Amino acid sequence: MRIYFDHNATTPVDAAVAETIARVMTGEFGNASSVHHFGQRAKAILDEARSAVAALIAAEPSEIVFTSGGTESDNFALRGVAEALEPTGKRHLIASGIEHEAVLVTLRALARRGWKTTLLPVDHSGIVDPASLTAAITDDTAVVSVMHANNEIGTIQPVETLASIAHDRGALFHTDAVQSVGKIPVDVRALGVDLLSLSAHKFNGPKGTGALWIKRGARVTSILTGGKHERNRRAGTENVPGIAGLGVAAQLAQKKLTGEATRLGALRNRLEEAILARVPGTAINGSREPRVPNTTNISFEAVEAESLLIALDLEGVAVSTGSACSSGTLEPSHVLRAMGLPSPRTQNSIRLSLGAGNTDADVDFVVAKLPAIVDKLRSLTRAKVRA
Amino acid sequence: MRVVVAMSGGVDSSVAAGLLVRAGHDVIGMSMQLYDQAGSQTSDAGPSSRAFGTCCTIDDLHDARRVAATLGIPHYIVNFEREFADTVISNFVDEYASGRTPIPCVHCNGDLKFATLVSRAEGLGADFVATGHYAQVDLDPASGRYLLKRGTDPAKDQSYFLFTLTQEQLSHAMFPVGALDKAVVRDRARELGLLVAEKPDSHEICFVASGEHTSFLEERGTSARGGAIRDVTGKTVGTHGGIHRFTVGQRKGLGLSSPIPLYVVALDAANQTVTVGPKESLERSELTASRVNWIAGTAPTSGTRVTARIRHRHQEAAATLTPLPDDRVRVTFDEPQYAVAPGQAVVMYDGQVVVGGGWID
Repeated sequence: MRIYFDHNATTPVDAAVAETIARVMTGEFGNASSVHHFGQRAKAILDEARSAVAALIAAEPSEIVFTSGGTESDNFALRGVAEALEPTGKRHLIASGIEHEAVLVTLRALARRGWKTTLLPVDHSGIVDPASLTAAITDDTAVVSVMHANNEIGTIQPVETLASIAHDRGALFHTDAVQSVGKIPVDVRALGVDLLSLSAHKFNGPKGTGALWIKRGARVTSILTGGKHERNRRAGTENVPGIAGLGVAAQLAQKKLTGEATRLGALRNRLEEAILARVPGTAINGSREPRVPNTTNISFEAVEAESLLIALDLEGVAVSTGSACSSGTLEPSHVLRAMGLPSPRTQNSIRLSLGAGNTDADVDFVVAKLPAIVDKLRSLTRAKVRA
Repeated sequence: MRVVVAMSGGVDSSVAAGLLVRAGHDVIGMSMQLYDQAGSQTSDAGPSSRAFGTCCTIDDLHDARRVAATLGIPHYIVNFEREFADTVISNFVDEYASGRTPIPCVHCNGDLKFATLVSRAEGLGADFVATGHYAQVDLDPASGRYLLKRGTDPAKDQSYFLFTLTQEQLSHAMFPVGALDKAVVRDRARELGLLVAEKPDSHEICFVASGEHTSFLEERGTSARGGAIRDVTGKTVGTHGGIHRFTVGQRKGLGLSSPIPLYVVALDAANQTVTVGPKESLERSELTASRVNWIAGTAPTSGTRVTARIRHRHQEAAATLTPLPDDRVRVTFDEPQYAVAPGQAVVMYDGQVVVGGGWID
């Protein structure tokens, strides 16, 4: 028996999505830039997917640029704006301290090229305080990047307020919405942002596909140069099968958005309450509201998260300790550290993120297994402390 | 039976895992991340990162993962960076600064693999930790105690690096390749279809690249303060750039011209002095060692005859041991030995069995 509670890492591809990808891959091999019949068929597939993705975030299809996923979209947004606005003399970038590495490391790279960068702090709630942006922003600020929902703790950031502060000072606003699109309703104009990253594999689409939404008129320079694909904004022959899959995943996500959010929210809350009640020394990390409905991050006092993750995996339950690096090792979470949690707590927290396949039975199974696993790990920790 | 195998990505630990799977055990592969193996190779790590040695690189972790996949066992990379820095690296740096020549592998075995990793394994319901060491552990039915024995391949025996293991640690240890010759291990790797079957052996200290140990130490706070090089009579014959650059018995890199070959005879940390002399001045017919671990748990009687090894590749020499108070021992050799280096270990054998070992004073 295998239970998957790591949907913020990735999700299983929906059968209808996989079927579309396979059909397009074998049956519609044309290059969307070609003039002939085959090219036209491929182009039509891209157009359809573009409309579906646009509909999911209440955008115009022409504002959607397909990318290879969330990381490329974040790079595109930050590097693209930095390059576009460099001639205007702007030299300052702002992001929150709990961003995904795709944003944080990109910012560091830009800092080495002379950009000033500011990371906005968060407190124990894991939510950015708009006052910190007001304090940090200057007329030099080119773009502010704050994620919509945090990948590790699920907290939803006050993007509307932050974007309006940015606009008041003439800065663009980017949000990494990789963890919210497909989970909760996202409306780009209601959010008031200029750029938004999304990724297909976080909502039952294929890996290697995503999009950057660029508000009409926003100045962003291409980071991949070459042919005139994607309205001259992202060069490279389009991944037509993957994009077709993204389109279907977007349609499916939109169709079941409210129902699934309610169902997962109830399941997540039951899981949380049961763990808090049955395992002593546990606490939820970050504010419980506003939060995406599928995510919880729980600390287990005197338990090494790494061991808990492995023990659960050996019982057939897949969870995570936040973000896993390329070698698959476990590092203390930069998000929990940025929240100012004391160092034992950053080392003893795990994330459970629910998704389409999860049921009440899955929650019952984990809740039944956890107390004994935690007891065993704690008894060894205590033994070590005594020795 | 559930067994955790410490997988380095090399052929020995890979075959160890494979043999345990073949024997029907419930095997879990674990690789220890000991320092930022990935960061040392990525361009974004910044200028302060430098490449570590040739072993235990990110490629080795990938190899371990691929071997685990071939064997169909779960595999985890566990982060022991903090423990490694606190025990192995800090000891390595301190020892060199004290004019001693450390053996980090012994600490890695005793303080990480058979301590931290064993405790992790227990948490997962595994009673044993297996490694790819060429050594053997047996329960002696007569005494009820565990015996640590040499690996059967004399060219590969690694029992020298395991002398700190206690009875408790040995009771959790498995060495599946310890009774095999290296050539047989490679044959097994081929039979098992492991991609590491032809991978070369590693010899160097894993966290320091060859020839880089001076800069490694200086980056970690070791003073590069120089001092005098003196001959055995006390006469100054030259200067040096820090005693951490030297090891007792070293001949190259002294920068001295002399009609006869000169060797490092002694290092004095307090006065930052390196003493050099001809080969004969390296001869010692006895040594004392501290923090001795007697494998059986109690010291043997004074006058016990052993063969003693004073460094990994040393040709063992016949000796008589005299246990001293405070976990110390005196080892008296039948024939004088060259280059007894403080900080290295003396490991004493009775035939195939490790009697004990300690750190040379």
